[in-house]
Amino acid sequence: MTQLALVIDLNVCVGCHACVTSCKQWNSSGWAGPMPDRNPYDADPSGVFFNRVQTFEIGTYPNTETLHFPKSCLHCEEPPCVPVCPTGASYKREDNGVVLVDYDKCIGCKYCSWACPYGVREFDEKNKVMKKCTLCIDRITDLTLPEAERKPACVLSCPTSARLFGDVHDADSEVSLAIRERGGYQLQPEWGTQPSNHYLPRRKVRIHIHEDELVRSDNPLVKEDLPVLPQDVDTLDDVAW
Amino acid sequence: MIQPEDRPDRQIGRHEVKETTCYMCACRCGIRVHLRDGEVRHIEGNPNHPLNEGVLCAKGSSGIMKQYSPARITQPLLRRADGERGQSAFEPISWERAFGIIEERLSKIRGEDPKKFALFTGRDQMQALTGLFAKQFGTPNYAAHGGFCSVNMAAGMIYTIGGSFWEFGGPDLERAKLFVMIGTAEDHHSNPLKKELARFKRAGGRFVSINPIRTGYSAIADEWVPIKPGTDGALLLAFIHEIIKHGLFDREFLVRYTNAAELVIQDESRDDHGLFKRFEMHIEEGCFDPQNKLWWDRELDKPISTHTEGVDPYLLGEFTLEDGTPLKPAFQLLKERVELYTPEWAERITGIPAATIRRLAHEMGVTARDQKIKLPIRWTDCWDKEHDSVTGNPVAFHAMRGLAAHSNGFQSIRALGILMSILGTIDRPGGFRHKAPFPRPIPPCPKPPNSPEGVKPNTPLDGMPLGWPAKPDDLFVDEQGEPVRLDKAFSWEYPLSVHGLMHNAITNAWRGDPYPIDTLLLFMANMAWNSSMNTVHVREMLTDKEENGDYKIPFIIVCDAFQSETIAFADLVLPDTTYLERHDAMSMLDRPISEFDGPVDSVRIPVVKPTGECKPFQDVLIEIGSRLKLPAFVDERGQRKFRDYPDFITNYETSPGSGIGFLAGWRGAAGEKFLKGEPNPRQWEMYQKNGCVYHHKLPRSYQYMRNWNQGYLQWARTHGMTRYAEPITLHIYSEPLQKFRLAAQGKGPGKKPPERLRKRVETHFDPLPFYSETLLAKLVDTHAYPLNALTQRPMAMYHSWDSQNAWLRQIHTHNYLFVNPRLGQQQGFDDGDWVWIESPTHKVRCMCRFSEAVEPGTVWTWNAIGKASGAWGLSPKANESQQGFLLNHVIPEELPPCEAGEHLSNSDPVTGQAAWFDVRVKVYKADAAEPAQSWPQFDGHKAVPGQQTRFRKWQSYVAGMFRKSAGIG
Repeated sequence: MTQLALVIDLNVCVGCHACVTSCKQWNSSGWAGPMPDRNPYDADPSGVFFNRVQTFEIGTYPNTETLHFPKSCLHCEEPPCVPVCPTGASYKREDNGVVLVDYDKCIGCKYCSWACPYGVREFDEKNKVMKKCTLCIDRITDLTLPEAERKPACVLSCPTSARLFGDVHDADSEVSLAIRERGGYQLQPEWGTQPSNHYLPRRKVRIHIHEDELVRSDNPLVKEDLPVLPQDVDTLDDVAW
Repeated sequence: MIQPEDRPDRQIGRHEVKETTCYMCACRCGIRVHLRDGEVRHIEGNPNHPLNEGVLCAKGSSGIMKQYSPARITQPLLRRADGERGQSAFEPISWERAFGIIEERLSKIRGEDPKKFALFTGRDQMQALTGLFAKQFGTPNYAAHGGFCSVNMAAGMIYTIGGSFWEFGGPDLERAKLFVMIGTAEDHHSNPLKKELARFKRAGGRFVSINPIRTGYSAIADEWVPIKPGTDGALLLAFIHEIIKHGLFDREFLVRYTNAAELVIQDESRDDHGLFKRFEMHIEEGCFDPQNKLWWDRELDKPISTHTEGVDPYLLGEFTLEDGTPLKPAFQLLKERVELYTPEWAERITGIPAATIRRLAHEMGVTARDQKIKLPIRWTDCWDKEHDSVTGNPVAFHAMRGLAAHSNGFQSIRALGILMSILGTIDRPGGFRHKAPFPRPIPPCPKPPNSPEGVKPNTPLDGMPLGWPAKPDDLFVDEQGEPVRLDKAFSWEYPLSVHGLMHNAITNAWRGDPYPIDTLLLFMANMAWNSSMNTVHVREMLTDKEENGDYKIPFIIVCDAFQSETIAFADLVLPDTTYLERHDAMSMLDRPISEFDGPVDSVRIPVVKPTGECKPFQDVLIEIGSRLKLPAFVDERGQRKFRDYPDFITNYETSPGSGIGFLAGWRGAAGEKFLKGEPNPRQWEMYQKNGCVYHHKLPRSYQYMRNWNQGYLQWARTHGMTRYAEPITLHIYSEPLQKFRLAAQGKGPGKKPPERLRKRVETHFDPLPFYSETLLAKLVDTHAYPLNALTQRPMAMYHSWDSQNAWLRQIHTHNYLFVNPRLGQQQGFDDGDWVWIESPTHKVRCMCRFSEAVEPGTVWTWNAIGKASGAWGLSPKANESQQGFLLNHVIPEELPPCEAGEHLSNSDPVTGQAAWFDVRVKVYKADAAEPAQSWPQFDGHKAVPGQQTRFRKWQSYVAGMFRKSAGIG
């Protein structure tokens, strides 16, 4: 069975929020929209976003890491949001594993958001239905789009290509390869939800220079004929009896 | 439920796709705008565009909310006769009346004294037209925002290597192995840099970020090196010290391609002390750095013409000519200069451990030396020597405002240019690479007028409003050596202020120093808010009156698309279009979007109709220019030459028959030529067909070593890109700076600084980089004000000029003052507390947030998130004004009085770069009884006629239905 998912590379994510607003503009006018904004021009604006970036600081100065962490529905293989839904509005597609909400069936009871351990469901207060990331289901299943464009909006826009998209059940896919080779991990696997989305960890590159590599035999200072020894100073030869 | 695959998105409503160029920031990515029933459905990156290759940032993806913003101004507005400035008291008027008012006022000024008209623009990628307009009008009082942005970066690098970062050139991260970013947060070159950083890291490159703060790009650095603000120069000089000490410099590169081996006269008694020893030779008129200099030949032990085939000169030592003239190679002088700049010395200044400084210097030197790249590309240098490969030393740098926005920034950036040069990385693979039209001569050819005679009634300016002085006689000063320009650019106060000093225009005009003006035209510049320092006082100046009741700045015209804070202070408001509504040309005459591999320029073509009565500013300028009969805009009979801006772009040539116009692509009658060629009536169409971009890829042999690449330089001259095909030798030692220093020492003929400025010029025009504390730190009590305060813009708003955007404002709704927890512990406040941040000139109340990602002597905030209550179409209760704040209030725009003058700008003494980041502050807890609201607060900002504010509780954007549902007319 196909399981579509995102693999997010924390090693290159700079926290620019391109994924956040490209998601918003695509989906607000799309199948999963609208994504209403409360108080858009007033105090305390708060709208529906399927994808958000959180920023954490880790460690204490000067050994501080700043981590940007994009977060959206993880399209779990065992999604706890599905069985709790009293109306069957919350479902997982069999053909591609994407977790979706049928707004016509949703009664806005929020059981699913209570059940989700990742806090990635977004309640639309205006229309009183639960919404969430669909992996841009209306892009990825739209056969009228060129194949290269059948990807989530966040994947296409990401300036650092930090978001990979594909089938994590296909061992040869780009996403499976990335998970295997670059230490891809799931969030809170202990919950047994088997999130499909994975994250790639930070990696550090260091340069090691051996002391004897610092100065090479062809050091250009040699070319300058610099006086190697002091000229007009005493030596033992001058002063010893 | 309709299944997603049942109804393809493009089949909903009438679907159209149009290509144009983004302008949510100054990066200028190619975009595809999808429309549904004439409303923007979504905006995506154009995958075929060389700049962004399909990616798009958070701002670009929020263009919809800009287009349909409630801050849009939709009609020309005139301040009501019964309304005071600053109170948003306007009546709508027709464009005809607006043009009539402008024409009457400006034609009178032009006939009497053109410099009483000042034009300052916040955007600097339209200078080809705005600068042309100013020159044609005859006023020198013109500049874009470069003076308060990053002119130190432009000038410091261009006066050293003939190019600079961002549009001018940048790090070649495709081939670099080590990348050092210093003083850069999230900024320029926005999407390309993000794209390349990711590729670089994936390829296993090592990324070091030197910055007082760890955000944005620094977050993914392999190593973060926190540094005290304003001390970058000390660090860079210590790197140079260490690299020279260990012989880690690229000797071959230095000898052939820089002035390191060239001999400098060393006799303080002489008028030509510190200049290169030159021999007689024919010199092309206007060429600033002719090739008539000397090396010292090690074999013959005598001076010899530089680049004599087979000669290997000394880089170090001291020599004497037969006539007794003592000489030293420039590199010897550099070595002497950095002798005392040891890592231990730099540790005390920068706060970076000496061992770290040493290690980083070794990483740079060893990587450059041992990981050389050799590309099999044949090329010929300017001295006819053929090379069968191009060498690269894969160490790349990027720097921006963190270095630039200090009063010692110019010399720090000179040090960076020199570091990059001694590592042998200029225009080579894996190092720094130029972008057309760079490299340009050091300095580039255009010059400002050099006397008050350059300004005459009813006459274009004799020179460029902005140019590149090479010597004291190029300065724009009067007989007494005092400024001719309102902002005092190109005077002895800021001799190399190549981008002007927009940040002092209002203060100077208000004070009438050097003279009062009549009309100030501001385009897209928020001078009553985040584009001014000392904003509270600048706002007072805008409303201040003479004793007779007249405003001190008599008439202010503001052109903007949005209700910025500055709108309230206008007498006349001109509603501009958005980027989706207009034509634009990102011209080779200005700052195009070239790539390393060749010139690129681009255009905007409207994708939607203008809102209300909005008119593109470019069309406004052409209309005014035609009405005033400025020579470039009318024919010999005084008849209007250009219908509108698109017509102007198609047909304008820099001089009749020059073949050089605003756009480089598809020139010639049938579009068969590029860069140079007669106007092509179908040029716009051809740009449109090609995604609004023109990219000329140079042959591989012209893509590297362009400062000295004979083939490239001749090609550049043939195609009108440069005036000379002379090699552009890197200035390890700056002779132009020494010329200004000699003048300050009273030596030689020519212009001399006024007495009060002699010491200042002598000190700062050092031909070799040096470190000194910032000017402000020397003049304020740094014990009472121990902290540095900085601003950055977050990526989601970088270089954008609106945070009223409904989507982006949810990401950054208001700003905090970020402080290291140690400061809170010392001062007794906690995370989230209200605090005061106070400088010697002003104070601001704001909320603080603890951060471990900031150097403890520094506090900082996101800039331009805070807004004035009632501005930008936001509710007066919006978080931006109630919790958000503007740090600018505490930053002085002038220095405290000192021996060099009473009213010197708080700017770099070489370039006039606004020293935003020099400000010193203290931070302490606000009293519990004080209101939980930022301070200062302002009134007077109200929605203007024609503006459709929307304070409804809900807004849902659905393309095709939105304007109707939101009641947008």
